[in-house]
Amino acid sequence: MKRLLFVIPVAAFVALAFWFAAGLGRDPGYIPSMLINRPAPQFALPPIAGRARGFASDELMDQVSMVNIFGSWCASCEIEHPVLMEIAAEKIAPVYGLDWKDKPGAGAAWLGKRGDPYAAIGDDADGRVAIEFGVTGAPETFIIDAEGRVRHKHVGAITREDWRRVLKPMIEDLKKNAPAAD
Amino acid sequence: MTAEIGQVFLILALLAALYQGLFPLVAAGAGDAGLMRTARSAALVQGLLVAAAFAALTVAHATSDFSVRNVVENSHTAKPFIYKLTGVWGNHEGSMLLWALILAGYGAAVALLSKRNALTARALAIQGLIAAAFLAFIIFTSNPFARVFPAPADGQDLNPLLQDPGLIIHPPFLYLGYVGFSIAFSYAVAGLISGRIDEDWARAARPWAMAAWTFLTIGIGLGSWWAYYELGWGGFWAWDPVENASFMPWLAGTALIHSMRVLEVRGAFKAWTVLLAILAFSLSLVGTFLVRSGILTSVHAFATDPERGLFILLILVVFIGGALLLFALRAHAMSSDAAFNAVSREGGLLVNNVVFVASTATVFIGTFYPLFVDVVSGEKLSVGAPYFNIVFLPFMAFALLIIAPASALAWKRGNLKDAVRRVAPAALAGLAALVLALWLASPKTIAAAAGAGLAAWAGAGVIADFVRRVRLFETHAGARVAALPKSYVAMTIAHLGFAVVAIGVLGAGVWKSETIAYAREGDTISVGGFDATLTTVREVQGPNYRAEVSTFAVARDGKALPDMTAERRFYPVRGMQTTEAAIATDLGGDLYLTVGEFNAERGWVVRAWRHPLTLWMWIGAGLIAAGGLVGIGIGERRRVAAPSSAAQAAAA
Repeated sequence: MKRLLFVIPVAAFVALAFWFAAGLGRDPGYIPSMLINRPAPQFALPPIAGRARGFASDELMDQVSMVNIFGSWCASCEIEHPVLMEIAAEKIAPVYGLDWKDKPGAGAAWLGKRGDPYAAIGDDADGRVAIEFGVTGAPETFIIDAEGRVRHKHVGAITREDWRRVLKPMIEDLKKNAPAAD
Repeated sequence: MTAEIGQVFLILALLAALYQGLFPLVAAGAGDAGLMRTARSAALVQGLLVAAAFAALTVAHATSDFSVRNVVENSHTAKPFIYKLTGVWGNHEGSMLLWALILAGYGAAVALLSKRNALTARALAIQGLIAAAFLAFIIFTSNPFARVFPAPADGQDLNPLLQDPGLIIHPPFLYLGYVGFSIAFSYAVAGLISGRIDEDWARAARPWAMAAWTFLTIGIGLGSWWAYYELGWGGFWAWDPVENASFMPWLAGTALIHSMRVLEVRGAFKAWTVLLAILAFSLSLVGTFLVRSGILTSVHAFATDPERGLFILLILVVFIGGALLLFALRAHAMSSDAAFNAVSREGGLLVNNVVFVASTATVFIGTFYPLFVDVVSGEKLSVGAPYFNIVFLPFMAFALLIIAPASALAWKRGNLKDAVRRVAPAALAGLAALVLALWLASPKTIAAAAGAGLAAWAGAGVIADFVRRVRLFETHAGARVAALPKSYVAMTIAHLGFAVVAIGVLGAGVWKSETIAYAREGDTISVGGFDATLTTVREVQGPNYRAEVSTFAVARDGKALPDMTAERRFYPVRGMQTTEAAIATDLGGDLYLTVGEFNAERGWVVRAWRHPLTLWMWIGAGLIAAGGLVGIGIGERRRVAAPSSAAQAAAA
């Protein structure tokens, strides 16, 4: 009986180790979005001051695309910006911009200085559309499939690693399967 | 060239560690004294080789060699030189190398300082195996010497939060603590292999456990202090997984150093002490690596690299699982015939052990519960401060309640009445503090006031015991103080520190007050009897940042105090902002000012806090560490006979 007592620690550890192994590769910072596999919100936003073209949700139909929430005031967006430029240059899927709670003209000035990765930009000055998307902070990026459904949400700045390992394979996958879905 | 040289040293160190891990173990089993002795040389050689590799990485960082990827990702030419040096361990690869360096350093120290016998040879071998595992991990998955081609013109800079004096010294101390427990672990495994856990074992292992625990105390104290002044809101402990990772080994280590003392003096608690030694190091490993592996906090470095996580998990399974398996097979044979009464020093130390192991378990459960739930149901949740305050603090309250009378008990058979009588004056102090706190805290909880009373009781009890023991107010008290055994001095200082920390934590945690207001130059913000007037705000260019420096004229109850300056720094390379709070400290507490965003219509957001008694936390932590430092050197060999009336009188 007493000997059994001494086996408890190793038994408990074996159970723990299995649990750790199962937990490996899970991202605890990840909060699932309620929008996944649901249609993206409907909206029609005006262009940002200094640009002519606005951005409406109709554009998201019939193509796999990305919607990126940014703002000239957002420090992490500055870090993300060069990666977005590279993503846009790959021309795999268009990146749409949602200029979130920005001052008039600030967004255009910010992009003017750094370069513009976006296919079109909507001015979400009061943050309504961002609320519809369930945005918790900038930057955030959504992948939208050809039927206009949200398929993935990325919280925080996209790193090259994220792009290469997660986002890009996902988009390529969606594009491959898109014709079948039609 | 230096990168390649470092790489070669690292590979040679792995070979030395493998030798150190395998040959002495075989030799000790076969009784080959000559081969066994080579464990020492191997440990020293391995230490030198890892040190050389670390030096090579330091040179690469110091000279901003941007052909090394590790330097590119974590440095920048404009970064101040001191942060170029500390940037060596401000990243995953470099911090792993520091880990290996400290591990090898401890191994070398054991080789130089410990008794040369079979036990030490075996312990060095276990140490060598651990070193080999981690050196292999560095070489195969986290190479700090990898090159980039073509070399970029400049680096990506170190995370500005890490560019801080607190971060220069805090991780090395934490590592000295974590890794230090590896020695107690190695001795535990060596003792299990040889089948001898006794007073001699405790005498060999205890100083190392004590040293590790002392370093960990300093590391946690510095980390908490860093969070307090750098993160900009005056919080000193948030129960986040990273903090818990350092706290769990500390709690288990606290139990360990207490039970080792029983083993050393009385020959009891054998299997239990060995289990605690394994547990303390296991928690260090689990804490450091699982937290960093992205299993608990996503830092992306590991989460996107499951290969590293798997490697680490494998190391954990082999060492922790192996040690616990050995424990299951061997420990039941270790019995002790040292009997003791429930009311005795041993009894008190047993209660200490139960309290600290149970509190370790509560922190462990709180830290890992979200992971368990996620694995089972995929549900995301987090466990926050309320849980820890409810389940953890009662244990600490109980510890405060018993710490003074329990330490006043005699070994083997104590007299509870006598012990309580000895610390009785403390009850008065405790009661007074309780009443005072109740009055001060009237809108706050009764629990906080009770805590203040308990802390005062504990602190006063420790002092009362000291005063009676040396008869402080009679002649020749100085000589009696000088003649006190080191073990008593260490215990008294550390226990006093525990009470002082408790007072500080209560003060800063419960009695803080806060004001937030918009202010322009000339406006005044008031908190806790202080008036801070924003006088000037100017832009200053730092070496690798731009800062907005705000100066405050401060007065307390109308009396002018020295000016204070708060800063907001922007680091352009990383696009990050940090807050440097303005802090004025005295024994009563801190005045803590931060300046936030500027609003064109209303001015700057200024936050002012009064954090009472914070200085007590740092002083208390310092006392605990000082107690540990004295405790490392306890060398006296004490055999306790059945307490005669004469011995009891001497102890009284």
